[in-house]
Amino acid sequence: MDDFFDLYRKDRWPTIFCPGCGIGTVMNCFYRAFSELGLDQDKVVFASGVGCSSRIPGYIRADSIHTTHGRALAVATGLSLSNPDLKVIVFTGDGDLGAIGGNHFIHSSRRNADMTVFCINNSIYGMTGGQASTTTPHKAFSTTTPYGNMEFPFDLAELAVTAGANYVARWTVRNVKELIGSMKKALVKDGFSFVEVASPCPTGFGRRNKMADPRQMYEWLKIKSVRKEKSELWKMDPVDLNIRGQITIGEFVNRSRPSLGSMLRSMLDEDEQSKEQ
Amino acid sequence: MRLEAGTYFMQGNEACVEGAIAAGIRFFAGYPITPSTEIAEGLAERLPQEGGIFIQMEDEIASISAVIGSSWVGSKAMTATSGPGFSLMQENIGYAAMTETPLVIIDVMRGGPSTGLPTLPSQGDVMQARFGSHGDYQVVALAPATVQDMFDLTIKAFNFSEVYRTPAIVLSDAEVGHMRGKFTVPRNIEVLERKMRTDKVWHDGFAYDESLVPRFPVFGKGFRVHVTGISHDIAGYPRNEPDVHEELVRRLTEKILKDSDKISIVEKHNGKADRFIVTYGSPTLSAMEVIAADPTIGLLQLKTIWPLPEEAIRSVAKDAKEIVVLEMNLGQIFREVERLACMEGCKKVRLLSKVGGEVHSPSEIVHFLKEG
Repeated sequence: MDDFFDLYRKDRWPTIFCPGCGIGTVMNCFYRAFSELGLDQDKVVFASGVGCSSRIPGYIRADSIHTTHGRALAVATGLSLSNPDLKVIVFTGDGDLGAIGGNHFIHSSRRNADMTVFCINNSIYGMTGGQASTTTPHKAFSTTTPYGNMEFPFDLAELAVTAGANYVARWTVRNVKELIGSMKKALVKDGFSFVEVASPCPTGFGRRNKMADPRQMYEWLKIKSVRKEKSELWKMDPVDLNIRGQITIGEFVNRSRPSLGSMLRSMLDEDEQSKEQ
Repeated sequence: MRLEAGTYFMQGNEACVEGAIAAGIRFFAGYPITPSTEIAEGLAERLPQEGGIFIQMEDEIASISAVIGSSWVGSKAMTATSGPGFSLMQENIGYAAMTETPLVIIDVMRGGPSTGLPTLPSQGDVMQARFGSHGDYQVVALAPATVQDMFDLTIKAFNFSEVYRTPAIVLSDAEVGHMRGKFTVPRNIEVLERKMRTDKVWHDGFAYDESLVPRFPVFGKGFRVHVTGISHDIAGYPRNEPDVHEELVRRLTEKILKDSDKISIVEKHNGKADRFIVTYGSPTLSAMEVIAADPTIGLLQLKTIWPLPEEAIRSVAKDAKEIVVLEMNLGQIFREVERLACMEGCKKVRLLSKVGGEVHSPSEIVHFLKEG
């Protein structure tokens, strides 16, 4: 795979994404991770829900299923259980995964279901025009929080760690090298692997929070993000729910618990053996 | 092992499990709910024996989602539920219709609305099966009345879902699901499979021929197909032009309606009678007792509810002076029958409706017929 357009559908260009959106960076990083690993696009399936990030599979030249809002992980569970030879990759966003699909996120992590999930967290509902999401910072403005967000945002990465995922990392779109590295680790991991990418949405989020220029949003991501190793806050309380607005970045877990598919297959094998005896 | 040909004694829900196995089910995802739970329990035990996969999901939305995923890698996949769970599944039933995903849903109906009568039967989900999800679409829905029907119609539901690439719903109810009875497994069972794409063209995954049903481009074989619930062209790409959407929605409904006669399964008794009972599901058994005692009364049992067997209903209405519809709801198929009967000049159509969680007794039916 020598070219970006070996992986992406050129006939669908240009994309629907706004100027300054971080999704393009994530697509580029994903192309690099995918091609450097030498993965076969005919041996993967892409799944997504609804939202801006969920449009990515539609641009990939591979089997892809753009499902209903929030349900990508549940559909992916059916895909990977029924064909364990296929690698299932999910693209999702903070609204799709953290709000309407929150229950599937918890349980796919808990089951360690075989899939790699990339969540592009832009702190806002972009597709519908900038409403507060579960990861909108406290006091931030959106069309549904005109007086500032009274709630505190969700720590999606910590949720995945706690619920049982095998691999969890979070980066911003500024950390492209680290992001590509984590994407590669997540793609070769058995079980549930999760990479969250904090990403700018100048149109939906920035405009209402004095960051209409994408450069301001990149600067904001730089100031707010702190590597976990350097973070006193994270050491004190990893599940901080971002009360102080910090985006802790790094690799949070990398373990090899048995995956749902492997447990299912070993159960069936044991059953076969007991029948033979 | 699939059940060998012979006679068996089982619960309706158990017969449904064996019907699914006979039809070649490979995947079941479900969530416990009365009165359908025995189907999940049965398949949890039976599917691994057949090399298939059973998974209990976190809710009914996840269950039908996993079934959709499994179907796209080529499995015959099913879920089972009852009213509240069926309500939760509606969005993805529309998604399956839009993306032409074959799957089977067993809805063992109980009293509603809401939590309603969890352990007692009703036929309250008939219109929901037809119109539950938003937008215009068609599904296939079948209504079993006996343990034998639970076995036979589960197989038929798989066949219709595969052939027409559509959700197929078995509208059972708590009475039929929990009834125990005798049923026969025939020596030869017709099992149909979806037509698969074999060529490797990846830019027209939803191209169709005169059957109006596209061949299935199963995931993992290099078709590079894009599947979306957004209105789409034959490439599967999202489109919002009026002509693309109109062509798609009309085809999705027409591919089923044009074969309505092939999908309609009905049983007619005492065909020369001029008073007819039209019913489906568990009230059929009481109606059978009534017509056995009085040959002047005919019976039309609808085993297919959607698409509605209009021809069969009209042919009965053409010569009938009176039609009595039995339903365990406030009248869902009744208005459909009334509409068709009026077209044939039969103006006396009456509804005997029960919603308390009891099936009509034969004497209630006899009294109702006399009152008329």
